[in-house]
Amino acid sequence: MLKDITLGQYFPGDTLVHRLDPRTKLVMTILYIVVLFLAKGPISYLAVFLFLAISIGVSRIRLKTILSGLKPILILILITAILNLLYNRGETVLLRFWRITITLEGVFTALTMALRIVMLIAGTLLLTYTTSPLQLTDGLEQLLNPLKKIHVPVHELSMMMSIALRFIPTLIEETDKIMNAQKARGAEFDTGNLIQKAKAMLPLLVPLFISAFRRADELATAMESRCYHGGEGRTKLKVLTMERRDWITLIVGLLMLALVIALRRLGL
Amino acid sequence: MAPLLEIRKLTHIYSQGTPFEHVALKDVDFVAEKGEFIGIIGHTGSGKSTFVQHLNALLKPTSGTVLLDGEAVFSSPQRIRQVRSRVGLVFQYPEYQLFEETVRADIAYGPKNMKLDKEEIEQRVLEAADFVGLDPELLDKSPFDLSGGQKRRAAIAGVIAMRPDILVLDEPTAGLDPRGREEIIANIRRYHARVNGTVIYITHSMEDIARFASRLAVFCEGRIVMDGVPGEIFRHVEELERIGLTVPGITKVMALLRARGLPVPEGIYTIHQAMDALLGLKGGGENA
Ligand SMILES: Nc1ncnc2c1ncn2[C@@H]1O[C@H](COP(=O)(O)OP(=O)(O)OP(=O)(O)O)[C@@H](O)[C@H]1O
Ligand SMILES: [Mg+2]
Repeated sequence: MLKDITLGQYFPGDTLVHRLDPRTKLVMTILYIVVLFLAKGPISYLAVFLFLAISIGVSRIRLKTILSGLKPILILILITAILNLLYNRGETVLLRFWRITITLEGVFTALTMALRIVMLIAGTLLLTYTTSPLQLTDGLEQLLNPLKKIHVPVHELSMMMSIALRFIPTLIEETDKIMNAQKARGAEFDTGNLIQKAKAMLPLLVPLFISAFRRADELATAMESRCYHGGEGRTKLKVLTMERRDWITLIVGLLMLALVIALRRLGL
Repeated sequence: MAPLLEIRKLTHIYSQGTPFEHVALKDVDFVAEKGEFIGIIGHTGSGKSTFVQHLNALLKPTSGTVLLDGEAVFSSPQRIRQVRSRVGLVFQYPEYQLFEETVRADIAYGPKNMKLDKEEIEQRVLEAADFVGLDPELLDKSPFDLSGGQKRRAAIAGVIAMRPDILVLDEPTAGLDPRGREEIIANIRRYHARVNGTVIYITHSMEDIARFASRLAVFCEGRIVMDGVPGEIFRHVEELERIGLTVPGITKVMALLRARGLPVPEGIYTIHQAMDALLGLKGGGENA
């Protein structure tokens, strides 16, 4: 069922990772990605991997959940690995058949590339799994606040984003419902050639669009009748505050960055 | 002979194996015969909608079987197609599924998917519109120009037009005013009487369903906790109230009278029954 898609889903919890300020988590994710791309040798990878493993452990997100979130990009990982394996011009030949040469260096880069993608996605999944969409956009809005000075509509953008995020599950549910209703009238969404399939989507798309517009209209009315008029002078129900745990986490992140840069210098 | 519809040990678990796992149905057994008018009642979230979506193979049981005429509904794609036209399911708020340019085309969508020929389809559209009391003049309008109640009828007609053996309606009167509700109920009863088909009708309103169902099945937390004729079901006033259902007002009154020591029979659910019972008491009193 469509509902079982887990990419970008929030799993409520009350762990250290869940409680961190969303801004801390956003900055840490960015740091983590930078560090991941700076890592060169096996020791740096090991360090970054340990960091990820500990974070996942602390967040109590089940490994199975992370793995199922990785499933959609499995193909991407495989293609990257195979291309790296085939097109790497290394010295130490392991295997040669027909016109294909596989080298030790090739195997090594293929593995590191695959590992890098897996760790990249696992890290960002951890962010979305432990941070509610509302917190996430709130954090983003605060982080981007300085851009208001150069007239970037930060508040409007983040409001649009949080509304969009809020309605993704609703729309998925709605799609499921309408699909079932049309199936009950004999619709078939996965048979026939491309044109037939496209035509079969019409009974799904028309009601879906209509309901999306209706929802947008209702939401706008509801917001206006509660005096929403943009971000000017609007206060927050939950004011984000940086606690000691946030500062400590950020310091750990910076230490991590320094460590990996040092290891990179040493070629490890 | 096998019953028209038979459900054995049906269990359904949503999102199995995820943190959102939820057991919606548990070991449900159920049988429906031709010509029955079955009411399904139960509080919010008791699994009614989940249950009926198994009847036309929209949901696959986690375990258990659904048999139509003694044959599994899930055996092959052809079978599923056949089952979907034989068990017509009208969803909650069905007006949100309308999509065609005209009401006529929308009602014709189901029959068209059944690959019927043109004249047959046209005839069924007219017949279905008549069953739900939809004015033929409205057939050439856009479904989006109809009123809420008319949209609801058009959507129900879209399922009736497939001439299902079993018509399943999930809260067909939700969100309508009392008059619209009465009209839809009257139409469905007329339909049931005319085609002598089987109707399965989900509702929250005991008051409504008590008047016309030949049988009631009561859902509670994913199980059928009671199944029988209305007179039998309404004997259990306390149990029904314990699982969060309100019994018809007159049933409640009779239960209170009985609690006060008046010897009125149990299981009364219409004004007429109550009147007869009370008059009978009075008559008995005078004679003594
Ligand atoms: N697609 C779904 N995914 C996960 N859980 C679901 C899904 N659909 C329903 N449920 C859950 O299953 C349970 C039974 O739902 P169902 O819709 O069958 O109840 P219902 O008896 O029809 O309620 P209502 O009277 O409110 O329509 C509910 O607790 C609901 O939250
Ligand atoms: Mg329901």
